Amino acid sequence: MKYDAQNCVLISKDKLTKTIYDFRLQNKELAALTKPGQFVQVLVPGKTLRRPISVCDVNGDIIRLVFEVRGEGTEILSLMKPGDEINIIAPLGNGFELDKNKKTIFIGGGIGVPPMLYSAKQCGENATVINGFRNKDAVILSEDISSCVGNLIITTDDGSYGIHGFVTQPLLELIDSAEMICACGPTPMLKNISAMAKEHNVPCQVSLEQRMACGIGACLGCAVAVYRGDGSTFYKHVCKDGPVFNSEEVAW
Amino acid sequence: MADLSVNIAGVHFNNPIIAASGTIGFGREYSEFYPLSVFGGISCKGTTLKERPGNPPPRIAETPMGMLNAVGLQNPGAEHFIKHDLPWLREQGTVVISNVAGSTEEDYCKAVEMLSDTDIDMIELNISCPNVKEGGVQFGTSCESVAAITKAVRKYCKKPLIIKLSPNVSDIASIAKAAESEGADAVSLINTLTGMRIDINTRRPIIKNVTGGMSGPAVFPVAVRMVWQVKNAVSIPVIGMGGITTWKDAVEMIMAGADAIQIGTALFTDPYSPVKIAEGLNNYLDSHSLSSVTELTHSVII
Repeated sequence: MKYDAQNCVLISKDKLTKTIYDFRLQNKELAALTKPGQFVQVLVPGKTLRRPISVCDVNGDIIRLVFEVRGEGTEILSLMKPGDEINIIAPLGNGFELDKNKKTIFIGGGIGVPPMLYSAKQCGENATVINGFRNKDAVILSEDISSCVGNLIITTDDGSYGIHGFVTQPLLELIDSAEMICACGPTPMLKNISAMAKEHNVPCQVSLEQRMACGIGACLGCAVAVYRGDGSTFYKHVCKDGPVFNSEEVAW
Repeated sequence: MADLSVNIAGVHFNNPIIAASGTIGFGREYSEFYPLSVFGGISCKGTTLKERPGNPPPRIAETPMGMLNAVGLQNPGAEHFIKHDLPWLREQGTVVISNVAGSTEEDYCKAVEMLSDTDIDMIELNISCPNVKEGGVQFGTSCESVAAITKAVRKYCKKPLIIKLSPNVSDIASIAKAAESEGADAVSLINTLTGMRIDINTRRPIIKNVTGGMSGPAVFPVAVRMVWQVKNAVSIPVIGMGGITTWKDAVEMIMAGADAIQIGTALFTDPYSPVKIAEGLNNYLDSHSLSSVTELTHSVII
């Protein structure tokens, strides 16, 4: 079995910021299958489409999801209570390809930060994490991440916490010592990181988002344009071919 | 245990539940959940003579109790389907229906001819895709054009031919009759209703294609009405679809006049919905002392 739709029990629910929630879901079988960088499709009561949410962490039989309330669906999810059952299809997509012996820089922007926890953990001391947020109030998961990686750097757009500026500033200082970059966040950020990685000749993996329906590669809804060898483009799909892509492959 | 099997244009289905084209690809992804034999049949992703790249993203938007899609018939082409997907699909213990789309009459005929020489069970002619610039729905919105494309394809089609109808028309019963008069063996309906959504923050359409096809529970009453109208108008089998989500919806659609049903968007909400619908349908028949699902077809009392 690669994935399945199963019920999980919502074990705990925490509010990390005004709009970001931290859910711990219990399901032994699905947790055991889940790799860093994969995602789940969460059934929202009363909604036709599931919501794709990246996996923040896995501990034993617990899958941890950290998500932002962005619309009606995530709002409904945020109202669920510990003890409730939540149906998810998991695990989905291909995660990051990680080598714990390689010096890897993990970069998260805003709600792109959660998948960096489970991913960066795999590289331990060899992992440097750079997380960027709008401001101090939006900063999440710093303790979780700093406890299991070599170095954590935080930037904020307005300078209210950590380095004043974007993730690309600390990245520029560290990039030449890196053997791999893994990033998740807003498209402009990923595009900039991808260009820097290419210039400095560091392999780079990016985790992408797209509006999605089935989540498993059947409906072809979540298209992303990628390059063929000859420079022409075609559409791959975030759910099955991604969400993680080699950054040079993406036709930004 | 009631008999769920049905016969559509000489083809035996173990149950009346068919996976709707465009929602299940060529079946592999859903076979992770269950054997595909849970379906009486599978209507494959709309296939064209040559490979099609599909539309730029976003292709999907949610709507109240439904969704819009504008995938744009992304598919690897008939030859690739025949070589790489059909042999595997053939082994899955379910009826294989090839859904054929095209931009010109010639393309439709060539693809149908090519697929007729394989061991697929049926061909479903997609003249109702609202998401491509050329072809698709332009063949499906007038009686004259439906009659013409049915007549043209019929010459090349050696398999039972289903014509899939668009709901974006003024009189669907006349359209169905036009298909029947030119040799269609069955009709299936409804394809999606053309819709549109706008992001109020950016003032731009959510879907890059601007408009998309609407499906899901919201369209169900429209589908029931149209299936009933068509069943009253034709004597060939009618395959009903459009927003079927629960076994109760399935019973209702069959009562309206469906000889078989298709399930599409419900797969996205709950991949196990076909299993639950088959079970619920069987229980309904048992509890009403009906021995066969065929006794339910068109049993609505007016």
